[in-house]
Amino acid sequence: MIQGLLDPDQGTVTVLGLGWDGHEQELRQRMGTQLQETRLPDKLTVRETVTLFRSFYREGCTVDEVLDKVQLQEKSDAWVSKLSGGQRQRLAVACALVSTPDILFLDEPTTGLDPQSRRQLWGIINAFRSSGGTIMLTTHYMEEAEQLCDRVAIVDRGTVIALGSPRELIASLGAEDVVEYALEGERQIGHDELSALPGVQQVHSDDGRTVLTVSRVHQAVPALMRLLTERDVELSELVTHHATLEDVFLSLTGRHLRDE
Amino acid sequence: MSSGRGSALLQLTLWRFREFIREPEALFWVFAFPILLALALGIAFKNRGPATVRVAVEEGGRSTDVQEMLESAPEIEAVILPPQIADDQLRKGRVALVVRPGEPLEYVYDSTRTEGNAARLVVHNAIQEAAGRRDVWEVRDRRIREPGSRYIDFLIPGLIGMNIMGTGMWGVGYGIVKHRTDKLLKRLLASPARRSQYMLSHMLSRLVFLVFEVTAVLAFGHYAFGVPVRGTLAAVAVVSFLGAMTFAGMGLLVASRARTVEGVSGLMNLVMVPMWVFSGIFFAYSNFPEAIHPFILALPLTALNDALRGVILDGASLSSQVGLLAIVSGWGVVGFTVALKIFRWE
Repeated sequence: MIQGLLDPDQGTVTVLGLGWDGHEQELRQRMGTQLQETRLPDKLTVRETVTLFRSFYREGCTVDEVLDKVQLQEKSDAWVSKLSGGQRQRLAVACALVSTPDILFLDEPTTGLDPQSRRQLWGIINAFRSSGGTIMLTTHYMEEAEQLCDRVAIVDRGTVIALGSPRELIASLGAEDVVEYALEGERQIGHDELSALPGVQQVHSDDGRTVLTVSRVHQAVPALMRLLTERDVELSELVTHHATLEDVFLSLTGRHLRDE
Repeated sequence: MSSGRGSALLQLTLWRFREFIREPEALFWVFAFPILLALALGIAFKNRGPATVRVAVEEGGRSTDVQEMLESAPEIEAVILPPQIADDQLRKGRVALVVRPGEPLEYVYDSTRTEGNAARLVVHNAIQEAAGRRDVWEVRDRRIREPGSRYIDFLIPGLIGMNIMGTGMWGVGYGIVKHRTDKLLKRLLASPARRSQYMLSHMLSRLVFLVFEVTAVLAFGHYAFGVPVRGTLAAVAVVSFLGAMTFAGMGLLVASRARTVEGVSGLMNLVMVPMWVFSGIFFAYSNFPEAIHPFILALPLTALNDALRGVILDGASLSSQVGLLAIVSGWGVVGFTVALKIFRWE
């Protein structure tokens, strides 16, 4: 809808200070787009594909410049059908970047890619960001959002449930660390008792594991240990990590990430 | 290997063009197939003088006498067979007619088949002559082998028409649906590319191929079989151009809403099969009952084939083909207009 591909049921959309009515051509000139489902033509070479997209725009960089940016220069004469998943994604981003857009829309650009290809794409995205461009990125990977984004909106079942910088969102948990443990046997410790431990902000159970969100991990963990010794229960597992956006998402939605 | 901008229309057209020439199968169907078909049919229906008529004589009675009488005619090949086998051979079309020797003599044949009727005439004539009948009015045969009136002459313009229809509809229709299922249409929509230029690129790339596919079949017919080209090449070009635009428009129409390649294939066949049958590609439509002639004449391929035959074989001028060309273009205009109205980009 923001990209003008669907009409809003109500309200208006403004991008770059312009509404879609009457400014469509100008907005499209200034937008770069990568859509998740697009399959670029198999029988064109990388260079031909980028040249095709370049031809739609009045202004932009040369095909060689953009191929350098996405590191596809050596593949420039290969057919798209011969590219790996990561190379195809980089080509899709190249088609979006070739107009040197003011705003870049990326729809799950790294879904299904191996970690190396993903890092490569992150590099390209970061370079665009540091050159002053705005990026609108959709992703299922919280780690990716945390790495790349200045502002994150978490959308659950069609509504925005949180909005802010990754740091702000993590801070909204009121805690920087997460302690997860599981116990031997059937016995569990009551949530009230856990909440009373020093530094513990939130408690929830998940699949037989207990997850504590804590602000002072150096106090919370020894206190937890003492409590467990008093009750004479053994730990089968104990993990602590810094809070991430994923923890924010889980604490907000109470579920694991879904594939929708 | 330029890396400048170039116009969007040029790049879109190049895209279509490259997608096509990098698909060897497509090249086969567009260029090699019509030529192979022309070659095969041209050889099969070559004028060989009067064809041999194969007939069977049922065993028994005066069958040997009848066989002898028949064999006295050079064009008849007669065999004596037991009744059951003779019937069987007739059903399978190995013999065109079975003679039952008796009083009276009986001819068994299928009157709905051309060979059956021809065999009856030849056989009857041979028997009556052998039995002593004399012609009362002298006649002389003059067989036409003149270029322009043989089967291959009829066939070549029909094949050109068929090819224009097939490549126009498949090239445009299939291409668009493929782009739709690959979400490329949506991707183009998100870019400033003009929709009209995308459509136009399909037309333009069609025109480039049109030149080659018409030339290939026409040149083959001309040099391999001596098919005459009596009209001007310009007239052939204009007729082919209008035909190509019309079928590109109809390709656009069938592709305007189809979401899958299977869906559009079905629609294509729905449109094209009736024209393959009725529009006089392989045989003249006058074989069909008068009652459906108005329907046949209204089909775009019928008009295109008639116009092609007119300019290629009869050397007709374009102005004399205006009526036919109007039918062709009318379908094109309607196709385009409706297609643009209902076209689905996603």
